[in-house]
Amino acid sequence: MMRFKTGSPDSRNEQDAALDPALEQALKNFRSSIHAWSEAEFSKPHAVRVLRLTSWRTAAGWALGCVLAAGSIGGGLYDHHRRQELAKIATAEAAKQQKLADEQRARKDDEDLLAKVDNDVSRQVPSAMEPLAQLMAEDEVQ
Amino acid sequence: MAAGTAMEAISTATREQFAAHEMEAAAEEFSSIVQAHRPQIFRFLLASTRDVDLAETLTQECFLKAHRNWAGFRGDSSAMTWLMRIAINLEKDHWRNRRLQFWRHTRTNSVNLDEASEWLPSGERSAEQQMMAREQVAQVWKAVEGLSARQRTVFLLRFVEDQDLSAIAQATGLSEGTVKAHLSRALVKVRAELRGK
Repeated sequence: MMRFKTGSPDSRNEQDAALDPALEQALKNFRSSIHAWSEAEFSKPHAVRVLRLTSWRTAAGWALGCVLAAGSIGGGLYDHHRRQELAKIATAEAAKQQKLADEQRARKDDEDLLAKVDNDVSRQVPSAMEPLAQLMAEDEVQ
Repeated sequence: MAAGTAMEAISTATREQFAAHEMEAAAEEFSSIVQAHRPQIFRFLLASTRDVDLAETLTQECFLKAHRNWAGFRGDSSAMTWLMRIAINLEKDHWRNRRLQFWRHTRTNSVNLDEASEWLPSGERSAEQQMMAREQVAQVWKAVEGLSARQRTVFLLRFVEDQDLSAIAQATGLSEGTVKAHLSRALVKVRAELRGK
């Protein structure tokens, strides 16, 4: 079992001395390898990750934008369609009301005309029937 | 009365100047810390993740976090230990977050072991020695891959970053005894891999 001590570089040397030469050499190579790799990578400019994140974010932004745009257009179309339907219903309703009003007016005109005719007819009674007609007119007044 | 007001104005201006000067000094100090320790933090994260882009991103995040908390750094440990602790926590958080994702095992940006083993300093070695060294590095990488997260962190801090046990204990938040135990187990695995077991 190897022993590790803490603290100064001397104690670190003691720790390393506890390792067998093959392991020590392998660890040294491993260390050198990572240092070489890191130095090589560190000296390169690294925009890849940022760009990828940016492109991912951009894509997400576009997707969200498209969904919102589609939603608003769809909503707008639906609203327009709904308004048109309501307008149609309102027009039909108004036409129906107009028709009823026209019918009522026509009926009233007919009634008025009939009443007038009746009145006129009743007025054109022979002079012999005049008193009776006058009596009828008075009854109506009462 | 007017003299008092003038004195107050002067002292406020002096205080503001002093605060600005202090801020400038702190910014300069932090800048020098970044310059001094960035390569080491990047190297540790690169060795931990084998992913250049991820290591770069986590290094940036580490210094961003350090900058935000720079005022709170009391100097109980060295700046390097403090930064390393932030880096370790960021790496831990990264894997924890990934674990929640179903594509957990797709380490798309991590280089494979053979590729990682290709890197060797161009010393005055023979081709045979280079090959042997490469083989050893590959074996150590293989062993490192089989270590637990803590064992790997402790192992890399000790044998790549050359930190002593107390610094590793501070950076990882473990006791020195635990660090020793992790290191010992890690070395057993590395040795076994080197012996071809």
